[in-house]
Amino acid sequence: MGGYFTELFTGAWSLLEGMWVTLKEFPRKPVTLSYPHESVKMCRRFRGHIELIGDEEGKPNCVVCMMCQRSCPSGCISLHGEKPEGSKKKVLTGYILDFTTCSLCGSCVESCNFNALQFSNEYNLASTRKEDFVMDLLKRLEEQQK
Amino acid sequence: MSLTLFNILIAVIIAISFVGLNAAYLVWCERKGAGFYQRRPGPMENGPWGLLQPPIDGVKLMTKQLLIPGGVDKAIFMVAPVLAMFPALVSFVTIPFSETIVAHPINVGVLMIFASAALGGMSLLVAGWGSRNKYSMISSVRAVSQTVAYEIPLLITTITVVMISGSLNLNDIVERQLGGIWNWNIWPFQEAVGYNLLMPVSFLILFVCAVAETNRAPFDLGEAESELVAGFHTEYSSMGFGLFFMGEYANIVIGSCLITILFLGGWSCPIGDIGTFPFTDNVGWFLLKIYMIIFVFIWIRWTFPRTTIYGLLNLSWKYLIPISLFNLLLTAGLLKVF
Repeated sequence: MGGYFTELFTGAWSLLEGMWVTLKEFPRKPVTLSYPHESVKMCRRFRGHIELIGDEEGKPNCVVCMMCQRSCPSGCISLHGEKPEGSKKKVLTGYILDFTTCSLCGSCVESCNFNALQFSNEYNLASTRKEDFVMDLLKRLEEQQK
Repeated sequence: MSLTLFNILIAVIIAISFVGLNAAYLVWCERKGAGFYQRRPGPMENGPWGLLQPPIDGVKLMTKQLLIPGGVDKAIFMVAPVLAMFPALVSFVTIPFSETIVAHPINVGVLMIFASAALGGMSLLVAGWGSRNKYSMISSVRAVSQTVAYEIPLLITTITVVMISGSLNLNDIVERQLGGIWNWNIWPFQEAVGYNLLMPVSFLILFVCAVAETNRAPFDLGEAESELVAGFHTEYSSMGFGLFFMGEYANIVIGSCLITILFLGGWSCPIGDIGTFPFTDNVGWFLLKIYMIIFVFIWIRWTFPRTTIYGLLNLSWKYLIPISLFNLLLTAGLLKVF
């Protein structure tokens, strides 16, 4: 009979303790983010898809040496440039990344000697169409400069 | 109040809209409450603070197809959701929101409410039986054993209060408690309750039984979704499901009304006769009390995990029934002495 009441009182007390725990959380601010409206700022070293680095004028640092294209094990980078009249250097005219086959190995970033490539912090990548993952990085750079 | 057809129609319309509005917006409160207890914002997208969510959900439910699966007992299958909603509506007839605002004060109001509450248990049984689904069947067996187990202490505790006020009329029960917070049935130190020290305990018993009777967490064994899909309403779609849902929330409102009337003084002002609630004829106090109780319901739901069926039945048969029986005898004795 003694156990009967001890069980009753300890049980009731533990229930009250539990309710106090949740009540303390009730008035506090939410810890979640409303995703489409706000999102977490990704940490600096996150390895998203690659992107081009521009100089102060917004022109890409890339000199079209093709090292990245050659080092890519999946063959997902294709770039082309041309030499304008009277210029010694080549100018980048197109940089296409096929992200569907990219494995984010980073060989392209490693092989770049001109500080022209880096990993982006982009992680909100979801689509129902395959074509959305074939990215024109030169266009992306221009949009970033705006 | 004369009982003309017009009066009845108005009363019915008010009751149905009150039930509908409560069912819709209690879902919103529930989701908001769940959000706050789990440190989330809850529904936010539709309208300010997500206030347009309930009507949108309602429209969505209504536009869905009302599917009747093959092999079900058609008549029973279609009667069950109505049977879940109807008793809840009927119970509102006799609940006094204030001294004058009551659809029809019946001399046996308490009895009527419990009769329709029992009919609510019936609807779960019928729904589970008619669905031709093993999960629904198990669920209804559970729900009925739960309803039966918890109706006993609920009724015994109510009899205690009925003995104190000497009437089955809900208006009389509240009128006994008028005049301030110290006159409420929950407090033991008054002559009218015979200085019965167990009055707060019987309030707790009634509260636990009300949570269990309305099939709410942590006593929602009937629709334990991790074991029984969705329990008795597994096979219901569209407004069939909607009626079960509304009935459930209407039952919550009735449960909290009953607790308020039996123990917390109904429409009476907590600080004596000085305060009539602004704008309304003391209905405000009543609504304030029931919504505070509903807040505790929500609080409990989002705090505790679901119990086991053994724990549930043990609580009722080993604790609630003996204690409420003892309290009944004690109250009878004390009322005789004082």
